[in-house]
Amino acid sequence: MQDAVRIEGVSKTFVTRSGQVHALADVSLTVGEGEFVSLIGPSGCGKSTLMRLVADLEQPTAGTVEVFGKTARKARVDQDYGIAFQQAGLLPWRTVAANIALPLEIHGVGRRERRSRVAELAEMVGLSDFADHHPDQLSGGMQQRVAIARALAERPRLLLMDEPFGALDEMTRERMQSELARITAETGAAVVFVTHSIPEAVFLSDRVVVMSPRPGRITSVITTGIGRDTARDEALRESPAFFEKVTEVRAALHGAPVRSPALEGR
Amino acid sequence: MTTALADPTSPVPETAPVARSGHRRTWVARLRAAVLGLLGLVGVAGLWEGYKAVGPEEGVLVGENRVLPRTTDLAMPHVWDMVQRLFEPVTSLGDAEPLWRVVLDASVVSLGIATVGWLVGTSVGLLLAVLMQRVRIAEWGLLPWIVLSQTVPLIAFAPVVRSWGSRIEIAGWEWPSWLSVAVIASYLAFFPVAVGALKGLQSPDRIHTELLRTYAASATDTLRKVRIPAAVPYLLPALRLGAASAVIGTVVAEVSTGYLDGVGRLLVSYAGQASGDPAKAWAPIFGAIGLGLVAAGFVALLGALMRNYRRGEAV
Amino acid sequence: MSPTTERAARVAAPVLVGVLGLAVWQLLVSVLGVSEYLLPSPSEIWAELGENSQAIREAAWITGGNALAGLVFGAVLGVVLAALAGWARWFDGMLAPVVASVAVVPIVALAPVLNSMYGADSEYGRRAIAALAAFVPVFVNTLRGLRQTTPLHRDLMSTYAASGWQTFRALTLPSAAPYVLTGIRVATSLAVISALVAEYFGGPRGGLGSFISTSAATSAYARAWAYVAAAILLGLGAYLVTVLLERLVQHRLPTGNPR
Repeated sequence: MQDAVRIEGVSKTFVTRSGQVHALADVSLTVGEGEFVSLIGPSGCGKSTLMRLVADLEQPTAGTVEVFGKTARKARVDQDYGIAFQQAGLLPWRTVAANIALPLEIHGVGRRERRSRVAELAEMVGLSDFADHHPDQLSGGMQQRVAIARALAERPRLLLMDEPFGALDEMTRERMQSELARITAETGAAVVFVTHSIPEAVFLSDRVVVMSPRPGRITSVITTGIGRDTARDEALRESPAFFEKVTEVRAALHGAPVRSPALEGR
Repeated sequence: MTTALADPTSPVPETAPVARSGHRRTWVARLRAAVLGLLGLVGVAGLWEGYKAVGPEEGVLVGENRVLPRTTDLAMPHVWDMVQRLFEPVTSLGDAEPLWRVVLDASVVSLGIATVGWLVGTSVGLLLAVLMQRVRIAEWGLLPWIVLSQTVPLIAFAPVVRSWGSRIEIAGWEWPSWLSVAVIASYLAFFPVAVGALKGLQSPDRIHTELLRTYAASATDTLRKVRIPAAVPYLLPALRLGAASAVIGTVVAEVSTGYLDGVGRLLVSYAGQASGDPAKAWAPIFGAIGLGLVAAGFVALLGALMRNYRRGEAV
Repeated sequence: MSPTTERAARVAAPVLVGVLGLAVWQLLVSVLGVSEYLLPSPSEIWAELGENSQAIREAAWITGGNALAGLVFGAVLGVVLAALAGWARWFDGMLAPVVASVAVVPIVALAPVLNSMYGADSEYGRRAIAALAAFVPVFVNTLRGLRQTTPLHRDLMSTYAASGWQTFRALTLPSAAPYVLTGIRVATSLAVISALVAEYFGGPRGGLGSFISTSAATSAYARAWAYVAAAILLGLGAYLVTVLLERLVQHRLPTGNPR
């Protein structure tokens, strides 16, 4: 089985007016096929930068980033990943359907195939009735669902998500988490998920990668032990095992001694 | 004289509020706006007639200077005389056409020239904006000049272009005089379009351009799918400004190049007859006003057709 | 590109374009022999500027004076009417369509009748044109500025039980001032352009515009271009003065951001 993402010894330095900023220092991480990995940490820890390196939106200063065994650039050109940001980033002049179809259009998918795929995706995110609406007529949660559908349009085996639910209210957020869990289970895609919510990371992930700032690096990696076949539902949120993992991640974030030996890649 | 309502170097995007209030309310609001607007027009005519009625015949003088105009019928004809004059023949000759007809014909000619000028100026402006968006060094080199030239009276050179008409001849094809007028009109229309279009092409959120980057989309695709649609709210005010500039450029250039068939010529020649027929001089003014309104109306129509591209930015 | 080279390129590029433009122009005339009817060379225009400097200064004084008179009157009218429109919605409703029409209509078309209204030897017709042209942007921007106060800010003032005058001083004026200044900056250019162009429509001679058209009519093209250059300098000068004034006022007055 081929790894989805392989990051080795990556450093990233930004040159700004006030000098150099070490966003990432010697970071290594591997994400397996179909694995759900969350990146969590305080702001400035480089979690978004790390995801942007995988997306080839930034280039590493040192080290290598491989996506499905290719360079990040090749993977981007080959459209091996789908992406969603904190802001839905929908084009306001396009309808929901046309927004989902955007990547398909750009890659020359035929009209008929495009239409059936869009219908399928709208169904998947529960927005079939809103296909002809414009983004300004949707709630924040609905917009974010469109963005997820758009990210899935080309059946990527890797999904990159940068705090996709960060701008949503708590109730919408929990519902979206359940839906995302269902969708990733259906598609079997690997996910790199950036968040600053501990319960969100634990609820969704196979592994939670905890990072710390100045310079950005990985301090611990916690395996949640919640299997792919476990239903992500309200029962899970109430279970003691879930709380235990939340506590463990919180301890790791706050620099308390880590009990779990699941430290790798440092 | 131009529509530089806001700062012309920074066109403010018009965000179209999506009207979702009841139909009846918008209908009442529209009626109210129409009635008030009509009252405004009546108010302007009322001011004219009011000043004419109470103002001194020789105008208001401060020392030697006449700061408000004379109020005689010769200087300030009654509003109804201006309107009535439109429906009388141009000259006292037996078979002369009615005045409104002559003014209308001349205005249509001017509108045609202004349209050519506007189209050419807009096309060049758009192309240059695309170039400046793609090549940063081109933006740095050209934009300061374009912004600067918006603040200076470029139109000053209009009389000099008169000489071009008779001197340019390419392989038997003679430079027609209307083309000189159109060149000046296009020149004036070009600047606001170039600046507005560039602002618009640079307006997309980073998130949108990055999204297209993750799709490995070509620069042309990014231009077509994101930059041009996003530019529409910036482009519309620029196009309106360009249209008004083209109309002004046409009228002024007609006068200063001595072009005979347009409304500009009528403005000057009827004013010359004002001592005998003061109301006649107002007919081509109405024509010029009509030109400006038609041009603005056309751009407004364009804006209505593109209302989907003017939806407020969705988060 | 490093920040330093970028800054250098940003300055060098427009200078280079300007020099290149002048060179191509001179080349067209002196090497390719484009006739001077079409385009006199920059050096000829420069020579004419020197020879006629006295006459040009006087002409610029007249045109500039008309523009200034128009600007002052138009700006005052614009601010006063905008204040009225901001205060009474019905007045705004009456005025808005009139102003919108004035904005798209070629105001200079009024120049010939204004000349006969004021008399053939009066400069006031042109001043009226400049005033009308200057009025529009000042009115529009002032009104927009007066509407910048947010409900939140107004609520805040009510919780302080502030009087109408206090609210105006503390809230409305600071948020509107930058808009008024922007309006005046735009109006300056328009006033100069209008005062100049109005001279093409007849009336007393003596300003830059009338010299441009007489020189062109007598085929003295280099001289006509020299007056054009003077007109451009006048416009540029007026613009720079208002920009400086704007900076000065904004420095003195703690205002909100114009955006």
